[in-house]
Amino acid sequence: MPLINGRKTGLGFGRRSGLCAALAFACVLALAEKVTAETVTTFTLDNGLDVVVIEDHRAPVAVQMIWYRVGAADEPAGQSGIAHFLEHLMFKGTEKIAPNQFSATVEAQGGDDNAFTSWDYTAYFQRIAADRLDLVMEMEADRMRNLVLTEDDVLTERQVILEERAQRTETSPGALLSEQMRAAQYLNHPYAIPIIGWRHEMEDLSREDALAYYQRFYAPNNAILVVAGDVTPDEVRALAEKHYGPLEPSTGIAQRDRPQEPPQLAERRITLADERVSEPYVIRTHLAPERDPGNQSEAAALTVLAELLGGNGQTSVLARALQFDSQTAVYASAFYSGASIDDATFGLIVVPSPGVSLETAEAELDRVIADFLRDGPDPAALERIRTQVRAGDIYARDNVQSLARRYGEALSIGLTIDDIESWDDALFAVTEADILAAAEKVFDRRNAVTGWLTRPEAAPDTFAAPEGETSE
Amino acid sequence: MIRILAAFFIALALPAQAELNIKEVTSPGGITAWLVEDHNIPFTALEIRFRGGTSLDAPDQRGAVNLMTALIEEGADDMDSRAFAEARDSLAAEFSFDSGGDSISVSARFLTENRDQAIALLREALVNPRFDQDAVDRVREQVLSILRSNAKDPDTITGTTFDQLAFGDHPYGFPGEGTVETVTTLTRADILAAHKGALARDRIYFSAAGDITEAELGPLLDRLLGDLPATGAPLPPRADWLLPPGQTVVDFPTPQATVRFGHVGIPRDDDDFFAAFILNEVMGGGRFTARLMSEVREKRGLTYGIGSYLVSMDQSEMLLGQFAASNDKVAEAIDVLRAEWTRIATQGITAEELETTKTYLTGSYPLRFDGNGPIARILVGMQMQGLPIDYAVTRNDKIEAVTLEDAKRVAARIFLPEALHFVVVGQPTGL
Repeated sequence: MPLINGRKTGLGFGRRSGLCAALAFACVLALAEKVTAETVTTFTLDNGLDVVVIEDHRAPVAVQMIWYRVGAADEPAGQSGIAHFLEHLMFKGTEKIAPNQFSATVEAQGGDDNAFTSWDYTAYFQRIAADRLDLVMEMEADRMRNLVLTEDDVLTERQVILEERAQRTETSPGALLSEQMRAAQYLNHPYAIPIIGWRHEMEDLSREDALAYYQRFYAPNNAILVVAGDVTPDEVRALAEKHYGPLEPSTGIAQRDRPQEPPQLAERRITLADERVSEPYVIRTHLAPERDPGNQSEAAALTVLAELLGGNGQTSVLARALQFDSQTAVYASAFYSGASIDDATFGLIVVPSPGVSLETAEAELDRVIADFLRDGPDPAALERIRTQVRAGDIYARDNVQSLARRYGEALSIGLTIDDIESWDDALFAVTEADILAAAEKVFDRRNAVTGWLTRPEAAPDTFAAPEGETSE
Repeated sequence: MIRILAAFFIALALPAQAELNIKEVTSPGGITAWLVEDHNIPFTALEIRFRGGTSLDAPDQRGAVNLMTALIEEGADDMDSRAFAEARDSLAAEFSFDSGGDSISVSARFLTENRDQAIALLREALVNPRFDQDAVDRVREQVLSILRSNAKDPDTITGTTFDQLAFGDHPYGFPGEGTVETVTTLTRADILAAHKGALARDRIYFSAAGDITEAELGPLLDRLLGDLPATGAPLPPRADWLLPPGQTVVDFPTPQATVRFGHVGIPRDDDDFFAAFILNEVMGGGRFTARLMSEVREKRGLTYGIGSYLVSMDQSEMLLGQFAASNDKVAEAIDVLRAEWTRIATQGITAEELETTKTYLTGSYPLRFDGNGPIARILVGMQMQGLPIDYAVTRNDKIEAVTLEDAKRVAARIFLPEALHFVVVGQPTGL
């Protein structure tokens, strides 16, 4: 599920190039998610805090993650962006931690920290030498209930999130189209609202809004603690009891019953024209089922379907048909993630070759999907995916932080440890018939939003090459 | 017959008690690799670098190395693009090929159970790629699509404008992907020549980490790379720094301007490098306590993120920074930045900043070695930079040895407020 990654930007330098990076639509699928169960231990504290311990003793490193079961889809109406805004403000300080000293304290120990917000969860993490776990747990527990915010902090940080919105969304026509499509995809569910927030509502977010949201949702009975790395369950339990154990639960935690989608009866079509567009494309999303506790088979079939249609630039159905055979596209792919509480989306994208119109590209996409529904999946391709699922289990063990993320994400959207550990089996069990059934159901145009990203009609074919004016 | 010419062990006692045994393995054919064995998980990560990269491109063939690298996975030996991908996926092996300004990088991971088949397949891709005309044409269209997108992407415009002004006609002055004009005219023969010039045995750096022994790695090196040509194309000359102080504004219709700024840097092997490294961390490290993040973001809310970077390339060095700010805030952000540049150049850093930065840098270093993939990447990077095999043990001592006096002296040397050039892409007001 998409999320806003952290309050730090990734400013990368380097003289790198490469195809996948630049054509970075939803390139990668979370196919292989299984982990070895014997290294995972879970328990719950008396105040309701769920704890997961993932052992990996290869390096003396530990990751602490705290996942709150609250995100942008749980915001009060009219306060879009408050979940993510609070995530930023959580670094301001407490009675014990001086303003802006949270990260400084972690860094002084050689650690790194950050946070991220999605529609369904908000998570904070530190990565640090395993023998400093006591310190970061004390600090994370402290700010779960004792955040201190000044009016100044809030006003300055609000400028930062507005700049963040400008950088992530407003400078990118593709991001603007995605935002508009999402708003059209969900007729009633708050997944329609961007995580970063609508600008006009962000501008009015206040200290009181942030604190009310914080006091209600940030509590041990609404959180999952994941500790991964060179730690033992006994040690984590003792530290968790010491630091998180004394915290009072919140009485404001309710079942996460968001407004659900009514039957969707009509396809929506959106055209976003922007002079900054160079490569027009067509993108379509369909409302799709998500992973549910105890019932992941349809989500597994859709995951494999996305992999078959778009997972591989050389062998996938869309790449073969549109990039190789008809050569109507320079890029074609499919994407899906079932990791959400409520309805997910299944997406298709085609970037047409020069001289091919969006109309033709969309017609070609329709044709390929119709052919797939008629012919069904290639059994050999399905077998290769199964092989990769099995290998993914092995490769996944090399990165304990991403394992911690998988557990935290799944648990925070209501899945169980059993769901997490049986996900691979669910993928493995997917049959050709399952894929076809899932595809027939999901490719219903009444559930779809089709977006065209184009240049304005009057605009010249190519934007004038930038000419620099140099002055001293 | 397995013959290991040299294999010596260095036990690295990293501060957090990590033990890392890096072995140097030389194959019968004379290819050297660094290896960290770890048999906990049944797979191996390989990292290979070929020095040179897109800087090897001739002026009228900019983009040839990039296109060639993108084509490596598009068919080899008797397999076309699809057959190659199917063979790779059937083994659940993962290969990636990428080109940068100074090197081509190959990353691979494969299961122990089918290691020989995975290596045989990777060998065909590296030694015996097909470069079929239809693949060349198809991938060329993808590159052209990227180039057209880049021409309207503020981040890329900022970077390419800066590079062009800084390096002129040197290969560093051009995007590694080439230009629409050059890429359009590249022929299959150009791609074959680029392959021959770039993937040669005289420029290989190799590391492996994971479930493989030194006895297994030695012969694998020869099987994988032994049939590449002995020598490749000449490396580019030193790049002169051409960027005068000042600012360059590129008009672009966007509410937020993107800014890249910088001036000359410091070589990686300079005696003052570690002092400079600490100073840059204080000024513009990716952390919230860094001066730029604190002054421009935390105190004034002018940007979402700002950082500075010591960039060491083979033929040049830069001290660079980047941020984005709304058009009406860029001027203020630049003023703050200039003031910070002057402050550090004239006053250096405080004793407290020096201590906390040392603690961070020395404490975080061992945390990087936390998996086969990361270890293989770090090891190959060390080799490319010409660092000794025991570098990981001595690196923190070099950080600790920097004194406040060193920091003050080097700050005046490397932060040059009068030399700063700003490239601003957007529609800034008040500049």
